[in-house]
Amino acid sequence: MKIVVCIKQVVTREWQVRIDDSKTWVRDKDASWELNEPDAYALEEALRLKEKHGGEVIAVSAGPARVSQVIREALARGADRAIHVEGDALATADAWTTADALAAAIRDDQVDLVLTGLQSDDQGFAQVGVVLAERLGMAHSTIIMDVQVTPSAGSAPGGNLRVKRELEGGWFQWIEMPLPAVLTIQSGINQLRYATLKGIMAAKKKDVRVVPAPVAPAARQRIVAIQLPQKAKQTRIIGGSPAEAAKELVRVLREEARVL
Amino acid sequence: MDAMTLLVVAEQKDGVLHRASWEAIAAAQTTGQPVTVAVFGSVAHAASAAAELKAADVAEVIAAGHPAIESYTADGFTQAVTALVGQLSPTHVVFAHTYQTRDYAPRVAARLDRAIATDVIAVKAGPVYVRQMFQGKVSADIVLDGPTPHLVTLQIGAYRAEAVKKGAGAPVREMAAAVDPAAIRQKAEAPFREAKQAVDLTQAERIVSVGRGIKGAEHIAVAQQLAAALGAELAASRPICDAGWLPMERQIGSSGQTVSPKLYLALGISGAIQHVVGMKGARTIVAVNKDADAPIFEVADYGIVGDLFEVVPAMIAALK
Repeated sequence: MKIVVCIKQVVTREWQVRIDDSKTWVRDKDASWELNEPDAYALEEALRLKEKHGGEVIAVSAGPARVSQVIREALARGADRAIHVEGDALATADAWTTADALAAAIRDDQVDLVLTGLQSDDQGFAQVGVVLAERLGMAHSTIIMDVQVTPSAGSAPGGNLRVKRELEGGWFQWIEMPLPAVLTIQSGINQLRYATLKGIMAAKKKDVRVVPAPVAPAARQRIVAIQLPQKAKQTRIIGGSPAEAAKELVRVLREEARVL
Repeated sequence: MDAMTLLVVAEQKDGVLHRASWEAIAAAQTTGQPVTVAVFGSVAHAASAAAELKAADVAEVIAAGHPAIESYTADGFTQAVTALVGQLSPTHVVFAHTYQTRDYAPRVAARLDRAIATDVIAVKAGPVYVRQMFQGKVSADIVLDGPTPHLVTLQIGAYRAEAVKKGAGAPVREMAAAVDPAAIRQKAEAPFREAKQAVDLTQAERIVSVGRGIKGAEHIAVAQQLAAALGAELAASRPICDAGWLPMERQIGSSGQTVSPKLYLALGISGAIQHVVGMKGARTIVAVNKDADAPIFEVADYGIVGDLFEVVPAMIAALK
């Protein structure tokens, strides 16, 4: 099986978001970066499918030069090779631009399965995987918690896919579809592996093809302003030492909120 | 604002409306412009949902039925909704941001080659759409470019279902949804529930809930002690259940249970929207988090900015 995993580099969860001077993006020049968490689960699922069915895992990322960090990480965890669609504008791109960039990199390979995280921790569109499926003419399903593949006999392309899709409120559903297909993977589908020293060394010899971002049609979505969110409630912050704060909190819960 | 015509795509399961459909209608009605509501499914299910929807003060309710879309599939709904949008040519198509529309609405937009804004929390004049970014740490004003129709999915809870203006009974038009069954690649099996919901958190008066800040399974015990001291149930955000530190049936949020206890005490929970939708209805919300900028403080009534490993034992002591 040839499996593509689309991964995104995002700022770490701990990073303090600050708005930049343009007021349309964040000041991320000195941010620390990591692999988008749902994409890490997608990568893990791809590696497990390869271990079961054989084949190749190709990591693809669309972004500026800095995303080589997460590409190296994917290779160290076990991806066989990578494609980096490079362009500075991809750092803040809308979902359509990103999907176009990924589609251009993937289209010419005879891919059986494309996996990506269900959404990114930065802009969080939850669109890229679905739009990518339409661009590639593949079937898709989203928010996936289990992937079962029955490859077709011999070396013929195709085969069948049975996936467990998460619904709301603790419900699930199995869905079947033919390969090739695009799936967006939910966090928690598997247990992540981490790169070994051997993996990190091996990654240095693996092939990373860098291709320029395609000339995309104009973006469809523009950020005109960003701001810190408005508080829905007046929060009373209780200060003091941990012991003082805890005591005061217990008092207000008893006497003011009357919930104890 | 130019003249708008809005199409709201409602959602049903076995003929029963998804509650968020009313929220989408309420949002569309705030424009004061003509609103049409459409609902898709088998002929019987679409008709049954339409009979509910006609109570809304809207221009028309369309029940678009076809046996091939009795069960939801991405291909089936993409075809049916794309065709109706093409036929009606509204300026805006409004959906609730449910697990179902997340699956197909972007594909409808891509097939129509029209812009889509997802998980929108408010709409300002323009229209300018407001959506959260960076896990809720900032909110962004965005505009959609290119020709209409523009598609918008609204975060659940962003508008109030009770705000829907009711009318004298909107006309219902039943029509055949435009679906080619041969072009539906997915085959859906019946939905099922995995965990026996042995723990019904919805009935709990008090809940102590833990998030990533708890750091490890070995620290769950301290939260458990606080829960016992408060007479509370123990719950968690999704990452804790994914890691297996607490069973899935104790998960609060969009993929778990939705609760509205008297007291909700969030320990080390950042407040991602997927969690907040499951607990924001609590009467009193308390957050303990070492990050003063954590979005959980936006919904909290009381907050302590500090290390939960210091605060929690102190609370247990103070409760004795």
